[in-house]
Amino acid sequence: MALPERITRAVSTTSFRVAAITVAAYLAFAGLVVGVLLWQTNRVLTSQVLTTLDGEAQQLRAEAQSGGTAALVRAVETRSTSGAPGLYYLGDAEGRKLAGNLSRLPPEIASNPSGGVFRYSPDIVSAKEQLAVAIPVNVGSGLQLIVGRDVEEQRRFASEMGTVYFLALGFLTLGGLVAGMAISRVALRRIETINAAARSIMAGDMARRIVVSGSGDEYDAMATNLNAMLERIDALMSGLREVSDNIAHDLKTPLTRLRNSAEAALRETGETAYREGLEHTIEKADELIKTFNSLLLVARLEAGALEGNAETFDVGRVVCDVAELYEPVAEERGMDFKVDVDTGLWVTGNRQLIVQAVVNLIENAIKYSGKAEARDDAEIAIDLRDHDKNVEIIVADNGPGIAAEDRERVLKRFVRLEKSRTEPGTGLGLSLVQAVARLHGGAVRLEDNCPGLRVVLTLPKHADDR
Amino acid sequence: MHVLVVEDDRETAQFLQKALKESGHVADLAEDGEMGQELAEQGNYDVLIVDRMLPRLDGLSMIRELRTKGMRTPVLILSALGEVDDRVKGLRAGGDDYLTKPYAYSELLARVEALARRSVPEEQETRYVVDGLVLDRLSHRVTRDGEAIQLQPREYRLLEYLMKHAGQVVTRTMLLEHVWDYHFDPQTNVIDVHVSRLRAKIDKNFEKPLLHTVRGAGYTIRDGPA
Repeated sequence: MALPERITRAVSTTSFRVAAITVAAYLAFAGLVVGVLLWQTNRVLTSQVLTTLDGEAQQLRAEAQSGGTAALVRAVETRSTSGAPGLYYLGDAEGRKLAGNLSRLPPEIASNPSGGVFRYSPDIVSAKEQLAVAIPVNVGSGLQLIVGRDVEEQRRFASEMGTVYFLALGFLTLGGLVAGMAISRVALRRIETINAAARSIMAGDMARRIVVSGSGDEYDAMATNLNAMLERIDALMSGLREVSDNIAHDLKTPLTRLRNSAEAALRETGETAYREGLEHTIEKADELIKTFNSLLLVARLEAGALEGNAETFDVGRVVCDVAELYEPVAEERGMDFKVDVDTGLWVTGNRQLIVQAVVNLIENAIKYSGKAEARDDAEIAIDLRDHDKNVEIIVADNGPGIAAEDRERVLKRFVRLEKSRTEPGTGLGLSLVQAVARLHGGAVRLEDNCPGLRVVLTLPKHADDR
Repeated sequence: MHVLVVEDDRETAQFLQKALKESGHVADLAEDGEMGQELAEQGNYDVLIVDRMLPRLDGLSMIRELRTKGMRTPVLILSALGEVDDRVKGLRAGGDDYLTKPYAYSELLARVEALARRSVPEEQETRYVVDGLVLDRLSHRVTRDGEAIQLQPREYRLLEYLMKHAGQVVTRTMLLEHVWDYHFDPQTNVIDVHVSRLRAKIDKNFEKPLLHTVRGAGYTIRDGPA
């Protein structure tokens, strides 16, 4: 990358802009501080000089009062030549110079009773002017006396100070900008690694992840989050792949059967045979449709599509109603059907879906517990429990149960255990229960009923009831 | 019965037309929503069968427009979208019943016939009578040949629905929807069990059966053979 381009890029980053703004604000503040400092320094120095001058003026006034003009001239003469830093000018009423080391009367001082600043040339040769502060002293008898101090030294000091301050400000600006640039470059580099990872993922390298530097800063937090998101997407995608493989298998099998039964019917002769063959074919087609519908429903639920059908209802009532619907079915098969459900626990959600989930659990219990060994003590128990912030709907049977190692697996789509492959069913019943539970913020748990299976469907209670 | 089928898939439409004709009904076809709306406004139909996804004007909008114009002909919505919320949307738009594709023709026929019945001004019938079986809707009493029959509340509602549609075929899903208010596909013979319990109470001790099973379709209550 060419340098100008790199600079442009660095300048256009947020971090650089933040650095630039910070530097500007800091500069403004520092400038203010320097200004105040300079002004204050000047003020202190000037007031010191003025105090000294006042003192001297008093002494000279005393001299003039006690000794008259001659004594004053002498005193001024002595002070002017003693090598002291003072500046003096004494003139008479006609404007003639009587004594002093100033060559002329500075007009700006003479006319200003509170004194002021003027320029003078200490020696005639160089004619270089220096800055001085002076006050006029009223000694009477028409005499004009000026007492002053050279402040060139102080002025130079102040101006040097100013230069130093402004230089410092300059360095500060430069340093700030360079630091901003450097920070932005670091930021750019970190972001570039994320961009690079994103590009290669988009190009198809799904396993690629963003490198986490380990410093634990915001970039690491972002990288960690992005990686977690990628993991989740990956899991969903492999889930989808798995499902499509399973669909291929689970839909192909009934499709083949469907085709076979149609073909078999064709080979037959006679209306009754045709009719039977066609009825069989329709039956197979219906099975396919059922599988397909359940699959779509599970997929939609897992995608979180619960569009505004939530209502708050008494879950005990709903479970009771479903149990009432199925009680005769269980009884017809010689099963004991126990319902121990209290009403008064409220849940917010999609009632039809929760009904469907409970139905699936009860139908499973009826299907698998009674039939297996043609037992006569088959029993199904439906319970509803108030558990902390949740409601637990428990459907238990004393059938063959599910081995501990298979319990996680049967919740997945299309997973059917060997024993049940021959039973009618889509292999989606428990997946649907789980999808419904998750959609409502609940969960499904399979437990050993010793013997048999106990399925616990947990749903969060309605918020006001907790 | 005069039926209008609004369906853009020609094969499906023709299948329905032919099947309805065989069932003794007359069916007109419309290929899109606008044509459907036009025909529905002109013709005097007993039932409209409307696909949800149609070119030009979608099914739900068409129904909504017809309803705004005051048309009260019963509508059966056909849709590939079968979730509960889709059904709710369909019924809210003014549909009277909702059937998810793919469907069994017997199911469609039963629902269409049940709908057509409703278009006859519904006088508040207080008694349903089939032969000697009488259901009094005011006192909730059921008698057959004057003999009182004790029914559970749910059995009563089941019988009430069957007798309301006496002479027509009522499918298992229709029963599940109207008697229990559930919308799912049972994997067990749960409805059959309830019907056979009801049958044991109303038919068992009598010579002539009234509650018949219609093979491949559902049930019907009628005075005479199924």
